[in-house]
Amino acid sequence: MIIHSIFFYFFSIIAIFSSLMVITSRNTINSVFFLILDFISVGCLFIMVGAEFLGMIILIVYVGAVAVLFLFVVMMLNVAEQKNSWFTGKETKHIHSGLIVGNLILLELLVVVGGWKYKDDLMSSSTLILSNTSNTHQLGLVMYTDYVLYFQLAGIILLLSMIGAILLTFRERVGVKRQSYIKQISRNPSSAVELKDVESNKGVTIDD
Amino acid sequence: MLEYIQILGQEIYRILFLLVPILVSVAMVVWLDRRVWGLVQKRKGPNVVGPFGLFQTLADALKYIFKEIIIPASANKVIFILAPIITMTLALVAWAVIPMSEEFVLSDINVGILYLFAVSSLGVYGIIMGGWASNSKYPFLGAIRSAAQMVSYEVSIGIIIINVLLCVGSLNLKDIVLAQKDLWFVIPLFPMFVVFFISALAETNRPPFDLPEAEAELVAGYQTEYSGMMYAMFWLGEYANILLMCAMGSILFLGGWLPIIDIYPLNLAPSPIWMILKILFLFFLFALIKAIVPRYRYDQLMKLGWKIFLPFSLVYLVLTASFLFYFDKLPKGNF
Repeated sequence: MIIHSIFFYFFSIIAIFSSLMVITSRNTINSVFFLILDFISVGCLFIMVGAEFLGMIILIVYVGAVAVLFLFVVMMLNVAEQKNSWFTGKETKHIHSGLIVGNLILLELLVVVGGWKYKDDLMSSSTLILSNTSNTHQLGLVMYTDYVLYFQLAGIILLLSMIGAILLTFRERVGVKRQSYIKQISRNPSSAVELKDVESNKGVTIDD
Repeated sequence: MLEYIQILGQEIYRILFLLVPILVSVAMVVWLDRRVWGLVQKRKGPNVVGPFGLFQTLADALKYIFKEIIIPASANKVIFILAPIITMTLALVAWAVIPMSEEFVLSDINVGILYLFAVSSLGVYGIIMGGWASNSKYPFLGAIRSAAQMVSYEVSIGIIIINVLLCVGSLNLKDIVLAQKDLWFVIPLFPMFVVFFISALAETNRPPFDLPEAEAELVAGYQTEYSGMMYAMFWLGEYANILLMCAMGSILFLGGWLPIIDIYPLNLAPSPIWMILKILFLFFLFALIKAIVPRYRYDQLMKLGWKIFLPFSLVYLVLTASFLFYFDKLPKGNF
């Protein structure tokens, strides 16, 4: 049990420290790396609680895919300089909106944590059977039976946002040559080579 | 307290018993790779150091150790040094869950396949950190390419894993192997095996998908600024990752430690030998492909991943699920 609590404090201290470093470090790339460290230690905490499926999914989805995209954006856009100007420059208009959003999130967290005490009164507990089956099985049993509607709604929201993002950034380019495998394979000598009699001093026009 | 120290000592002994053979076999496998490559091109390959040139990799490693480590002046030093360490660590850490036989596995966890998938998807960080921290054009371009490539091919590998899991009904690697007692999954899921193999090539940055280090365009990609032991760590990590992908392929499709047919002379051999033979067979294919296939262009690579493999494996997933459902062959599970 001592070992268990030592590991718990180890991971939670790393999680808290790295989440503080995300918002305080000057270099944006460093913040993203600290965010990744935060995700990993939260995943480890999930595994320690016994929710190994959720922990692994956090590692795969957040660390393996979302954070890579974060890094991409930060590296490409060179946000580092902009962030520096927030700290040193005279532009303080970001701070107001940041304060409002931050306070709202804090309020929501308080409501959620406070409501935890009364959660039995507010919502009926689901048909989760706490037996010795693995939590992957339990999640599957609940998610695709009781909550199938929410599950599909979440999927549709994700699909819509994906289509929206593609629509917003899509622009048709003209004059781009595309490769078509079928066209390439179905070429034969008779269609690829054309013999032409060229009269002298006339020339021919060749179109591709 | 003494009890804990004893447990710790035992665990360290078990970990070393796994890690040392893996490091030695990575060295041997590099030699095998170069030999196969040479033989395909009618050369001899490395054959001077030791019998058949077996100690060539050790000699190379010694050479790397004695070379100077150069850190570029404008590099981000911490991340620059961390990158090869992360690559190497992640490549070795994943071996903890690979079962070599029914008893011989370091930690038999419930979500083994998810753990493998997670660790292999973290592998992209070594490359992206190394490329960015070098603070130079070629490594950065190589890192961006490689990150995009690995993220895209992970998607199809994930769907292939779901295909296998539908037939097994468990995320435990042991259960996955034992479910293939009667029929290896390579037979009913053969198209998925092919797609998995090609995606594994792309995931480990092997030819024909070695665009992150395409020497004609990017010098050496993300490794350009690395030298000495740090380069060697990238290199060893890459080969350990390739072996890991081979082990994953043999567990998912080729029946892990199970013998080809469960009859008298074949099932006498200890089961780790079968596992090693299967890993070596897959690695031999990796080496052959390196020698005989030309490199893809970048847009072709992306097209293959997103427009061909992803829809194909999705359709096959639906087919597998409907087949299992219609013939009532869905695994019942232990609940």
